[in-house]
Amino acid sequence: MATELKKTDVVIVGLGAAGGVAALPLARAGMDVIGIEAGAWLSTRDFPPDEVRNNIRGWPQSVQKANSEVPTHRPNASAPYSPRPAIHPMMNAVGGTSLHYWAQSWRLNPWDFKVVSETARTSGASRIPKGSTVEDWPFGLEELEPYYDIVEHEVGVSGQAGNIGGRIDQRGNIFEGPRRRDYPMPPLRGTEFTEMMAGAARRLGWHAFPGPAAINSRSYEDRPGCFYHGYCARGGCPINAKNSTAVSTIPKAQATGRLKIVAQAVVTSVDVDQRTGRVSGVTYVKGGQEYFQPADVVLIAGYTYENARLLLLSKSRAFPNGLANNAGQVGRHYFSHFQTMSVSALFPFDLNNWYGLPAQGVGVDNWADNNFDHAGLDFIGGGNLWIYSDRRPIGAANMNVFGKAPGWGSAWKSFVKANADRWNTAYIQKTTLPYEDNYLDLDPTEKDALGFPVIRITAEYKDNERKMGAFVQDKMVEWYREAGAIGVEKLPVGTMGPSTHAYGGTRMGDNRETNVVNRFGFAHEVPNLGILGASVMGTSGARNPTLTAQALAWRTAEHLVKNWKAITAGNSSSR
Amino acid sequence: MAEKSKDSPGPADVSRRGLIKQVGLAGVGAAISNSNVAPAAAAEVPPAPRREALETLNATEADTLDAIVARLIPTDENGPGATEARAAFYIDHALAGPLRALRGTYAAGLAAMDEYALASKGASFAKLSAANQDAVLSDMEKNAAPGFSPNSVAFFNLLRSHTIEGTFSDPYYGGNANFVGWHLISYPGIRMGVTANDQRMNPKPEPILKSAYDDPMFTRNGGGDHGH
Repeated sequence: MATELKKTDVVIVGLGAAGGVAALPLARAGMDVIGIEAGAWLSTRDFPPDEVRNNIRGWPQSVQKANSEVPTHRPNASAPYSPRPAIHPMMNAVGGTSLHYWAQSWRLNPWDFKVVSETARTSGASRIPKGSTVEDWPFGLEELEPYYDIVEHEVGVSGQAGNIGGRIDQRGNIFEGPRRRDYPMPPLRGTEFTEMMAGAARRLGWHAFPGPAAINSRSYEDRPGCFYHGYCARGGCPINAKNSTAVSTIPKAQATGRLKIVAQAVVTSVDVDQRTGRVSGVTYVKGGQEYFQPADVVLIAGYTYENARLLLLSKSRAFPNGLANNAGQVGRHYFSHFQTMSVSALFPFDLNNWYGLPAQGVGVDNWADNNFDHAGLDFIGGGNLWIYSDRRPIGAANMNVFGKAPGWGSAWKSFVKANADRWNTAYIQKTTLPYEDNYLDLDPTEKDALGFPVIRITAEYKDNERKMGAFVQDKMVEWYREAGAIGVEKLPVGTMGPSTHAYGGTRMGDNRETNVVNRFGFAHEVPNLGILGASVMGTSGARNPTLTAQALAWRTAEHLVKNWKAITAGNSSSR
Repeated sequence: MAEKSKDSPGPADVSRRGLIKQVGLAGVGAAISNSNVAPAAAAEVPPAPRREALETLNATEADTLDAIVARLIPTDENGPGATEARAAFYIDHALAGPLRALRGTYAAGLAAMDEYALASKGASFAKLSAANQDAVLSDMEKNAAPGFSPNSVAFFNLLRSHTIEGTFSDPYYGGNANFVGWHLISYPGIRMGVTANDQRMNPKPEPILKSAYDDPMFTRNGGGDHGH
């Protein structure tokens, strides 16, 4: 029997990138917030420059709930399962994966909110790929812009603006939508290598610019600037220059006295008052004990896979197929960001990429979204090309040999000795669409450590992705060649297994028959249940999702503050 | 392991009485006040022998693994290889600890290698010539060696990954001994503070040879004021 605790105003399930942001406006508004987090508090002492710990063994120092619930994957309903990774790409901790992410903090471009209507306008509605369930977002960039701005300042994002109020600044991304003001910090510095690549892009007539990052380029809010030591790709920052929610919004929320954090606790269900059909709180397990935490409002802020899983596991008489799933939309419109089909290059000189970080780089947006003329092309969307400085010894030795050496032995050793610092792989994020037959559900056999089914991903790249991927790949080859590469290799399309960029499953939209949450992030079927994270996003754009997920989270929290009475009015007065 | 237990025996633990016997009264003050160095005593007390237990592999498995890593990253005209890096030592320790889930895979895989070596070349893997060892590894890489579960290339890839880890990892983990791996690929080392000049292609920064755990902040009792 679960121990029933004292009721609170709001429970947030998961204090990662999204939940950790939403806590701040709620706490500032005077609400009593309980944040339940599966992971522990980690400190700077937990973040050594250690490739084995960070990149090979997946954080053995932290008890990772995630590692017992790695989703399974199959390309389609009749295909065999793909090999299941041993380690989840995300992590559990206060701050969640914002501790070890790359921290690239982009705003989406205007087109990403209006893929359907803009495609119809420019190319004809028939150009929306067959089988895609993509919809326009219920609002455009201009609606989210104020929240992007708030999060950039509250979390701390460095970058170079490209469009302030319609005034284009050539130093930034000229394709970005208008922003009200500059980033709070200048961009991270370039390196000789990234400057070399920027020069090559400009010779091709392309626009090269530094990207945005939730990493301090100088001291910000009493935390120091980045020291570029090279161990923060899947590593935490030992000097707190990376602005995870654990060092930015969460401590600010705690300072109000309104945020209580329950760490190392696993939420097993969101519970429903059967009389009202509204959520009444959550059940969680901590230290082997089960607790029920009543709340007026529940905000689910796990990762995309966990948001869908928690809803599907939370069955009740009112919601026999899972919470907020009477329309059968939980798990639908799933997609993981198309980042494969990249390109590796070999240069005839050392690059000195041993230091730096993935966010320290140079981008080209000329071939992203609808930033180029698609006349004569048989796909929609495109990709952002991103080149960065990041290399560690084991990763360096595991280099591609470009067909020039065997994979082991003396000849391999000789090749790696000469070339370990002469190769580079681009990061190419591309438009990815949801499709009717790409979805999440509960795996019929695989269970987590508590005995609950894990998520099963059924997803594969479709024609639009493959054609667009090939086009963008050729652009990257052209860029590397211009910069002097003596070898290039196009990397394969791969599979859509567990990803750090997983979207959908609880999509946001006005149509309650095709979307789980409304335009403010609250469930159509359950007015006092909010959902935070990229699981509400209906398109990916060609750039990292975190800042968008955070802007949406702030907006959902602000909506709750402003509409508290309306949202909670139908709750039962007592449970 | 690289870490040293506090109560392990060593020159620093020589008793006061022992010291008096060895160096005479005149030397005691100096020896005790700087007991970690104890120059007079050091000459008398032999260094602790290097103890290398096999933590989980048996002796035959260890011989096979030693032979494997020596072929994957050989000692040759480009200098030390996986043998000098002590990659097999790294793997034994990992299999006894963080990678214990793979212990059974190694038991089965190493046994299958010996059986295949015996059947195809007439001797266990460790006893074959280098050329024949390479032939066995090559067959595994081509997934042409029978007797492996699920198949030989999967075990080959595991061996290759772990040999690379053991050669290029932070030396804390027992491999990359004397930084031979980092030296091979000219990794300039861990720098807690990288300047713009350090990121120039030419001239590259001077190498720094240290483990992440040489910084007391990251050690078990280190830091103090860095925590939450």
